[in-house]
Amino acid sequence: MPKIAILCYIPGMQTPITKLTLENGLLVLLREIRSAPLISHWVWYRIGSRNERAGSTGISHWVEHMQFKGTSKHSSSVLDKAISREGGMWNAFTHLDWTTYFEILPAEKIDLAFSLEADRMSNSLFDPDEVSSERNVIISERQGNENEPYFQLTEEVQAAAFRVHSYHHMVIGDMADLQTIERDDLYRHYRNYYVPNNAVLAIAGDFDTDDMLSKVRAAYESIPAGNNPPHKFRAEPPQSGERRVTVEGPAETTYVQMAYHIPPAHHPDFLAMMVLDSLLSGPSNLNLFGSGISNKTSLLYLALVEQELAVSVHGGVQATQDPFLYTISSIVHPASSAEKVISTVDDQIKRLQDQPPSGDSLARALKQARALFAYGSESITNQAFWLGISEMVATYDWFLQFLDNLAEITPHDVQRAAQTYLRPQNRILGVYQPTENGKLV
Amino acid sequence: MPIHPNTHITNSTFNSALPGPDDIIRIELANGIVILSRANFNSPSVVISGYLPAGALFDPDQKLGLADFTVSALMRGTNNRSFQDIFNALESVGASLGLGGATHTIGFNGKALAEDLDLLLDLLAEALRRPIFPEEQVERLRAQLLTALAIRVQDTGQMASLAFDKLVYDGHPYSRPEDGYPETVQAITRTDLQEFHREHFGPRGMVITIVGAVDPAQAIDKVSHCLADWDHPEQTEPAALPPLNPRSEAKTERVTIPGKSQSDIVLGTAGPSRRSEDFLAASLGNSVLGQFGMMGRLGEAVREKAGLAYYVGSTLSGGVGPGPWYVSAGVNPDNVEQAIDLINKEISRFVTEPVSDEELADSQANFVGRLPLSLESNAGVAAALRNLERYQLGLDYYRRYPDLIKSITSEEVLVAARRYLDPRTLAVAVAGPD
Repeated sequence: MPKIAILCYIPGMQTPITKLTLENGLLVLLREIRSAPLISHWVWYRIGSRNERAGSTGISHWVEHMQFKGTSKHSSSVLDKAISREGGMWNAFTHLDWTTYFEILPAEKIDLAFSLEADRMSNSLFDPDEVSSERNVIISERQGNENEPYFQLTEEVQAAAFRVHSYHHMVIGDMADLQTIERDDLYRHYRNYYVPNNAVLAIAGDFDTDDMLSKVRAAYESIPAGNNPPHKFRAEPPQSGERRVTVEGPAETTYVQMAYHIPPAHHPDFLAMMVLDSLLSGPSNLNLFGSGISNKTSLLYLALVEQELAVSVHGGVQATQDPFLYTISSIVHPASSAEKVISTVDDQIKRLQDQPPSGDSLARALKQARALFAYGSESITNQAFWLGISEMVATYDWFLQFLDNLAEITPHDVQRAAQTYLRPQNRILGVYQPTENGKLV
Repeated sequence: MPIHPNTHITNSTFNSALPGPDDIIRIELANGIVILSRANFNSPSVVISGYLPAGALFDPDQKLGLADFTVSALMRGTNNRSFQDIFNALESVGASLGLGGATHTIGFNGKALAEDLDLLLDLLAEALRRPIFPEEQVERLRAQLLTALAIRVQDTGQMASLAFDKLVYDGHPYSRPEDGYPETVQAITRTDLQEFHREHFGPRGMVITIVGAVDPAQAIDKVSHCLADWDHPEQTEPAALPPLNPRSEAKTERVTIPGKSQSDIVLGTAGPSRRSEDFLAASLGNSVLGQFGMMGRLGEAVREKAGLAYYVGSTLSGGVGPGPWYVSAGVNPDNVEQAIDLINKEISRFVTEPVSDEELADSQANFVGRLPLSLESNAGVAAALRNLERYQLGLDYYRRYPDLIKSITSEEVLVAARRYLDPRTLAVAVAGPD
């Protein structure tokens, strides 16, 4: 297999990326960064809640938990201790489209990451006792989420948004499935989808690319390609009328969530949506670590918070494989109402639909994005995260060209996106209404 | 000296990659402001971070939340710029600046592209020195603070912590929440904010760190430019901390929050201050108890073996005074008693027998090995520099740190554990459904 070296550059950071596919189908991305004596190693699997059907919701996340329970070679406590002893860090995330595992280690200890990840790509035990004990842990994780009004509202809005597509349910899964999924279900899911031909390996940090490539081959190339059964994705039909959901529960505060169907990351309109989000509710932070920036001069903050209709407002665009949602979330001011918040958001959207934003406001959004990228590039781990996630939702080129493509977005593009996607017929309105002793406050 | 992206850092230079006297610049201005700076040219960004000794210790009981309210209002308008002008300047360049209150201090954190550092410092200086507390903005902020308190009342984790602090620090300022209570926040007037600012905000005791793509000498010039002429002879002295009364019995407090699916437990006592001689020994012990790997012995017993909790772990706060040393866990309401029993069992074992040589060596290796990771980002380095100054650890502290950690014995860990964690006097707070 020839080495395909793609020489591409992040502005100001002249370090090349190496991208190649091993014989067994494992896609590998390597990036040398010599700013600290660290290496960040990520394995991404193209499996997430998007791949789950009713009856097995939450299974991808549960499998992720079981991946920390040991293999015949590495018992669970040995794995944790080995990483911690070297001053490293490891963790995992399960999301809509993907599940990922990462280690950050001192550069000279990186062999440990290879040994652990290559092993648990196919040798995890899924011991029945561990499955049973982890069932309680996961149910407890869900109950912790349920304590938050915001989780309850998001769950209902998402369910209302996706009648057909499997973005319908939350990553944690439905309680009914968490109570009934069995060990063999988990193991089958694991063996089907934890295969090199369904995975991406992304490594960034203090290494020599040729040396690293030898390590990659030694650790991963002998793992055979697997079955990786195809998924039948059910496209969500276009929504043809506004949907509303209400959640009632003990609280003192009213929450509003407005969700609009938007295109996926690779769609040409996705970047126009990112600019629109930036204007309406402040820029979304693309970094895994570190906070974003405030949004106190965004259109919705000015119209809602400065007018004392809401005490906060936030927006979010997520990069996904299939069409997902742009959400605007707000905590209602005690002297205001959910309806006032919604009609004020509508007014602001209408203005963007009627008239394109100024060129200056787009230049501002671009500068904000440039700053957020700079903050993220302080960390080797963020850079390895970017390598991997861009392959999950598009390709790494998508990421590399992100700022350049963002600069190409015109005021007209933004206006058209507002007209196309931010229509009432295309949205779900969710309101969390506080109750006291079972009665609405 | 800047390290360029393509310079290979070998192991022999690893130690000098840790901050030390040769690459941290520290100076004290004539008005008392201490500036620490270290360069990092790997990314075109810069952070500022620091504090002033104007925290909630100064709050009167009936106006609890005053320091926090005051500091939160600083960026709501200055004699030179409106709230919108301030945030328009910041957000237009993708910069951020936030200020918040704590018990002893008020703190600030900001970041920007290096080209916008002047703006960030100008805005900080204006907010600290010349806030005008516009009436309308003060009331808007009050509504936001009250909403946060309304959300707190429904939050099992926060309510358990609040109840725990009251049990452990009865009669001591640490029993009081910095964000106050609805009635105390309601009682604060605009005049209170102005007076609090006038009395307690000044250059004496202020510390600012600047880390990122800026030469430290230049960073110091920039700070001097906007803060060296700040003069406030009447600034109050930092508030003294009264002694903490020793606890003589175990106490439990239950907070009922209807409709919740999970209960939060906070269990523990007052621990050592950061400058206590046994802080590092206690810290290593805490790692064995509830941090190392998947949350130490507690994670193994409560989460891994019993499957009782999504999270469980222990925290040693340190700080200027006797901050809490506590275990926290989130469990199904039916499992609260069983989880508390398991936690108590682990604490009893922890204060009865020394940690094993292997456990100690593991945590020592972790403490030393994780330094480069914690110092990877500008914010991480800024936090490290701030701690050097706050606790007077010395500029060579991170270079000495590996030896300090490796010299601690399991006997010292046991002595520290016994000094603080007496199973007969622990406080337990639980918040959840009936």
